[in-house]
Amino acid sequence: MTGALPLPEAGTDCAPVLRERGQREVFCGLTGIVWLHRKMQDAFFLVVGSRTCAHLLQSAAGVMIFAEPRFATAIIEERDLAGMADCHEELDRVVDRLLERRPEIATLFLVGSCPSEVIKLDLAKAAERLGAKHAGSTRILNYSGSGIETTFTEGEDACLASLVPAMPVEPADAAPSLLLVGSLPDIVEDQFLRLFAQLGIESVGCLPARAAADLPAVGPNTRVLLAQPFLGETLRALQDRGATHCCAPFPFGAEGTTAWLKAAADAFGVDEMHFNRTVAPGRERAKRALEHQRERLAGKRISFLPDSQLEVPLARFLAAECGMAPVEVGTPYLHRAILADELPQLPANTRLSEGQDVDRQLDRVRADRPDLTVCGLGLANPLEAEGLSTKWAIELVFSPIHGFDQAGDLAELFARPLRRRDVLEV
Amino acid sequence: MQLAVWTYEGPPHVGAMRVATAMEGVHYLLHAPQGDTYADLLFTMIERRNKRPPVTYTTFQARDLGKDTAQLFQDAARDALERFRPQAMLVGASCTAELIQDDPAGLAENMQLPCPVVPLELPSYQRKENWGAAETFYQMVRHLADTEVEPRRGDVALVNILGPTALGFRHRDDVREIRALLDTLGIEVNLVAPLGASPADIARIGAADFNIVLYPETGEEAARWLERTFGQPAIRTVPIGVGATRQFIHEVAELAGVDPQPALDDDTSRMPWWSRSVDSTYLTGKRVFIFGDATHAVAAARVASEELGFEVCGLGCYNREFAREVRAAAKVYGFEPLITDDHLAVEEAIAAAQPELVLGTQMERHIAKRLGLPCAVISSPVHVQDFPARHSPQMGFEGANVIFDTWVHPLVMGLEEHLLTMFREDFEFADEAGASHLHAHAPQHRAPVVSSEVETGEDAPGRGLSTTLETNGDAGLWTDEAERELKKIPFFVRGKARRNTELFAANEGRARIDLDTLYDAKAHYAR
Repeated sequence: MTGALPLPEAGTDCAPVLRERGQREVFCGLTGIVWLHRKMQDAFFLVVGSRTCAHLLQSAAGVMIFAEPRFATAIIEERDLAGMADCHEELDRVVDRLLERRPEIATLFLVGSCPSEVIKLDLAKAAERLGAKHAGSTRILNYSGSGIETTFTEGEDACLASLVPAMPVEPADAAPSLLLVGSLPDIVEDQFLRLFAQLGIESVGCLPARAAADLPAVGPNTRVLLAQPFLGETLRALQDRGATHCCAPFPFGAEGTTAWLKAAADAFGVDEMHFNRTVAPGRERAKRALEHQRERLAGKRISFLPDSQLEVPLARFLAAECGMAPVEVGTPYLHRAILADELPQLPANTRLSEGQDVDRQLDRVRADRPDLTVCGLGLANPLEAEGLSTKWAIELVFSPIHGFDQAGDLAELFARPLRRRDVLEV
Repeated sequence: MQLAVWTYEGPPHVGAMRVATAMEGVHYLLHAPQGDTYADLLFTMIERRNKRPPVTYTTFQARDLGKDTAQLFQDAARDALERFRPQAMLVGASCTAELIQDDPAGLAENMQLPCPVVPLELPSYQRKENWGAAETFYQMVRHLADTEVEPRRGDVALVNILGPTALGFRHRDDVREIRALLDTLGIEVNLVAPLGASPADIARIGAADFNIVLYPETGEEAARWLERTFGQPAIRTVPIGVGATRQFIHEVAELAGVDPQPALDDDTSRMPWWSRSVDSTYLTGKRVFIFGDATHAVAAARVASEELGFEVCGLGCYNREFAREVRAAAKVYGFEPLITDDHLAVEEAIAAAQPELVLGTQMERHIAKRLGLPCAVISSPVHVQDFPARHSPQMGFEGANVIFDTWVHPLVMGLEEHLLTMFREDFEFADEAGASHLHAHAPQHRAPVVSSEVETGEDAPGRGLSTTLETNGDAGLWTDEAERELKKIPFFVRGKARRNTELFAANEGRARIDLDTLYDAKAHYAR
């Protein structure tokens, strides 16, 4: 089941990729709800699943559960499975009760899980039926966040892809518009929007929008700029509606952010001089902020275990801008087209792996003994106990890390465990 | 379908993980989809274990369905066996695998693995975490106990301690307390299980003269089987609180045929004196609402009423399997217990009971915070802070010391209570300031004196307890004058005063509550 296959498009990047399957120590796509519901303030996420799904969400969401969260689980029970209760009627009952209690919900996502997929509960049909019933007040969409189909951040991809058909049609004669795709913390999104405005790119939409009700329009004049690397399905759905992809590295660090902005600037014919003048202050600030961390990080070896698909861009940033040496970069899924500008920038001897057999991968980590291992919380403390410093990966999805003004914070996330290791005397 | 945000318990396979992780030399092969590994972090993060739980997940994905999930299971079994070389394997399915019907037990049996395999049938759509743990432990014992072994019946009694698991609320420290207590009595421990036991230890479980069931939720099922199979009696008194601990010592000493006195004489038991000291007088009759797993809730109710002099005003549990025990206990206090796993129902019950202290789980901590009530944690589920580094048992005499400190700490201190009453017009002691040592209510500096007319504004934000509880009442019932008078009563007893007055008015058939009704009620309830 394990083997190193050469990359199909040799020349763009020629590193062999280790493809493994076996036990995968990763989250399922339901976890995406934890940050998506913070971003889309008028949306509610109803998982149709088991007690396990509810337990996962509460474990992942921690104390957030008590702030009147905009997510919940419709737990499938014995009688739903035994056919004593019609699942669709039951679901209708739960949705009606929910919308009665929370009339402010403008968009309701019915989120599929492993159990609902395996019993082939047709949530698309349910969304259509309930959508017609609640038309005018609540839009009802569906996507799958099940573990059998999605890994961690792919839940966001599936969610955003489900929004694409609901986006308005851009008029055929519309001026070119930019669509920024991927949920970012508000502060980061605002920084980017200011920069685009300064560059003279006037029409900029965001997917997701802060209110799911205000979806931006899409059409052949739309240029898509991905802010996150895990958005393959969403990109394809947007391309199906005529939008074009601006391929770019991801906006991590001074150089990553510059190149990412440049891809948009080029697509909109922004004057080179104007571009340089506009980005120079931010870029300089980012470089200054990185100087502080570079000292601690340079020369350190780092391994990534697969988690979020952010691994390749982050390894590139840490290598190119912080002087780190990536040993193994594992990703749950390697999307070549989206990473086309990232992969060639990885140091030549980087071991790329896609998928996971966790025990074998841990054997490699133990053999490599990197200075820092990026991994999930199920592995972090056990590795620390073996004397290996770790950086837990989920923080990279929850913290503001994109753009010039977060470059220093991003490097700091990796420097902190190393500093802590040096500080502790016990 | 049941709409849920919070669940008090996880699915049953998490219970099985709690048993597997507690033990040594066991590996659990769980047929489960990608993503179910999230449960690992309960052990590595909340309990801060330094090893991965001994669980291999088959992590099947959509593309595997319908063809090779069974093959995947068998490959994973072989790999896990080779890598971990366990003394025994547990095999079972999580909720999704239960639906695809691969039959882990049959698959494992066909493989003829070179170690004992314990198959688990955990109905995920009916049962929950505690049941899963109890069933798993029972199956382990049933499959691995050597039935040729006989109770030792030596000069020194030999006992098993049953029930402690991984991710158990204070299980680590409770075991230490109980072991020390048995030591004092000169009783030997055959094994503690599942926590720290290996399959080889379980094989010798029959050698003990009797069993101690520390946590019925996880240990009772196995204890009953051991009773039948080896004729081992079981001690079922849960030694939480001084009274229960004394009772436990008597029962254990009697079964072991030893003198209970050395253990009873334990002078580390400070709780009885602390509770009798005049500083604690103000605790008398404080209304307390108790919710948790059945064992901890019932034990807490006894401690609250007999050892701290509280009045139990609500009692309930989330695990239906033990509802009978809670019903029996609630009878003593003269009300119907709350048996529910719906945290919204618990929140309603707490708001209605208007307690002065809430004892519960992590959920009740959040509910109490929202209602502005003091709270202490007595039961799972709990967050990371309730797996403390320091020794903090709930059981035995040291456990009683811990309980005294933990429960009294969130209450407004006695002297402070008097100051609040005497100087309530001073701004430091205004309602909004709250109790000074409770960081949940940082004192806010406000304009000092507020006339009573202005004070009646019900919409003042951030008033915690007073706002929440007062809006529960029927606004039309109270005259303005009586309402204003009520506000002169310190906020931490105001809820009780309002409730008593309304009850009194209802009993007397009075349609309005005026000043006279208020003071008639006060006289009626005067102690």
